[in-house]
Amino acid sequence: MLTFIVRRLLQAVVVLWAAASLAFVLTFLSGDPATLMIGDHWTAEQIVSFRAYMGFDRPFYIQYLEFMGRLLKGDFGMSVRQQTPVIELILDRFPNTVELALAAMLVVIVVAVPIGIISATKRNSLLDNVVMGGALLAQSMPTFWIGIMLILVFGVHLRWLPISGRQNLSSLILPVITLSAFAVARNARIARASMLETLSQDYIRTARSKGLSEKLIVTRHALKNALIPVVTVLGLEIGALLGGALVTETVFAWPGVGRLTIEAIYARDYPLVQGVITFLVLIFVIVNLIVDISYAFLDPRIRLQ
Amino acid sequence: MDSPNTNHLMIGRPGRMRRRLIWRSLKQSRLALIGLFLLIVMVTLSILAPVLAPYNPAKSDIRNRLKPPSWSLEPGSHFLGTDNVGRDILSRVLYGGRVSIFVGIAAVTLGGILGTVLGVTAGYFRGTSEGIIMRLVDIQLAFPSILFAVAIMAVLGASVLNVVVVLSLTSWATYCRVARSQTLSLRENEFIHAARSIGTRDRVIILRHILPNALSPLIVIASFGVAMAIINEAALSFLGVGVPTAIPTWGGMLGEGREYLRIAWWFSTFPGIALVLTVFGVNVLGDWIRDYLDPRLRTLI
Repeated sequence: MLTFIVRRLLQAVVVLWAAASLAFVLTFLSGDPATLMIGDHWTAEQIVSFRAYMGFDRPFYIQYLEFMGRLLKGDFGMSVRQQTPVIELILDRFPNTVELALAAMLVVIVVAVPIGIISATKRNSLLDNVVMGGALLAQSMPTFWIGIMLILVFGVHLRWLPISGRQNLSSLILPVITLSAFAVARNARIARASMLETLSQDYIRTARSKGLSEKLIVTRHALKNALIPVVTVLGLEIGALLGGALVTETVFAWPGVGRLTIEAIYARDYPLVQGVITFLVLIFVIVNLIVDISYAFLDPRIRLQ
Repeated sequence: MDSPNTNHLMIGRPGRMRRRLIWRSLKQSRLALIGLFLLIVMVTLSILAPVLAPYNPAKSDIRNRLKPPSWSLEPGSHFLGTDNVGRDILSRVLYGGRVSIFVGIAAVTLGGILGTVLGVTAGYFRGTSEGIIMRLVDIQLAFPSILFAVAIMAVLGASVLNVVVVLSLTSWATYCRVARSQTLSLRENEFIHAARSIGTRDRVIILRHILPNALSPLIVIASFGVAMAIINEAALSFLGVGVPTAIPTWGGMLGEGREYLRIAWWFSTFPGIALVLTVFGVNVLGDWIRDYLDPRLRTLI
């Protein structure tokens, strides 16, 4: 178990290093980071002085080492536009993103799993076909289009729900539906497939031949085993939801880290972009690490892989 | 997943018998037929866009801005309405399909080939190259793909080629991992040992014996990959970092239309419907391909 944790930790460190390096290299991809950040409508002297101010005139490897050194100390740099430490801007917005992602996760668990299980037990019935057709359709809809259509129907026409910003609990409803739709559909399909797989096992046939009721077979014998792959995917879903927040937050003007990223990109505030990317990957990696290690505790077979 | 299946015999050069089998299986799945029909319609409409489009998709007409759908095809009317600068929505939706479908197929082809080549190399030759390739896969999969794509596109700038490259870079790792695990289990088979013992070169073993047998799950992933790529292209264009705004795309139109939701519902609705129909067609067909090639892959995707 200890070797497993150490190995996964090392892996996480490598991923983080790669993410930070990518975030660093990003601004150099275009050739000149100074021009990239302040645009071409500045005079040549202004660009030169900005370059010196940001330290872009020094050797590449020195800038890289300095960037990494600062990150290790927890210093994500300064936002060019807002003249505020990047980490402050991120921490200011991050709780809102967590709120959105956790609410969406809750919806996925509460809605997707029962739908999938019920669909499987009523295989090929009208209910099963309708629900699975609907799931496939939901999986085919881009997040932002779902968001826009919800705004159109519930915000503009019916005027039932707020469509932007974060004021009270009701402003959470549309963003959460939008963010969770894809994950609900995917997990309902996985839960169904897994339940069907479990129901075809020998020990279920044994239970049936003993004359147990179908309800008892499903709830007592099949359910727990069927949920194993579902739980595995659910853990990884947290990361996907954090990524999906990028689009959802933009659609609903939700004041989270996703929207901060897009705003930073539009404002060409690259120190902020670098910081947000590194931070989001850090969160993503930590979540995956916790998920992996807790599975290894629950299922010893994973440790041996 | 671990053992190669027998259905690989089905792919490769489809003879008449095989075509008949494919068709019979397709006919049994009503949903798959609907998907195929949707795809044929969307692809045909996109290809014929220059012939079918009633207007020049780029031509603005300020006097006719934000006109609601006329629901009539008479000359001078706008069947699906116009956008904020008076461009014809129907024409733009037709042209938008070309970009979406092209990007979807191109990104999957590029990412799929890259991932498969690396995966088969890692699984067949093992050793250091495997270590390096699989670490890269781990790193790639640990990144939220849309974040990765948005960040790179923001710096590289909007262009169709950039979108294709970036989307293939976000997807290669999945193909790589699956291709490797397929190769790993295949290379221990007796027919591979036999081929090697009679002195067959590695290249020939890989191309003639490993690849055809490893293909089924890769084809399944690729079919869903097309759907993902189309959605991701639309997301990038929606966020304004994908295809340049001068080229009509479904995602780009959705992004522009978002500003006018209160007064012009048609602006964002129709490009979205076109997008959903296409992706739905791809997904449904992907489902069928998976069931046809290997139903055991069901719990994986």
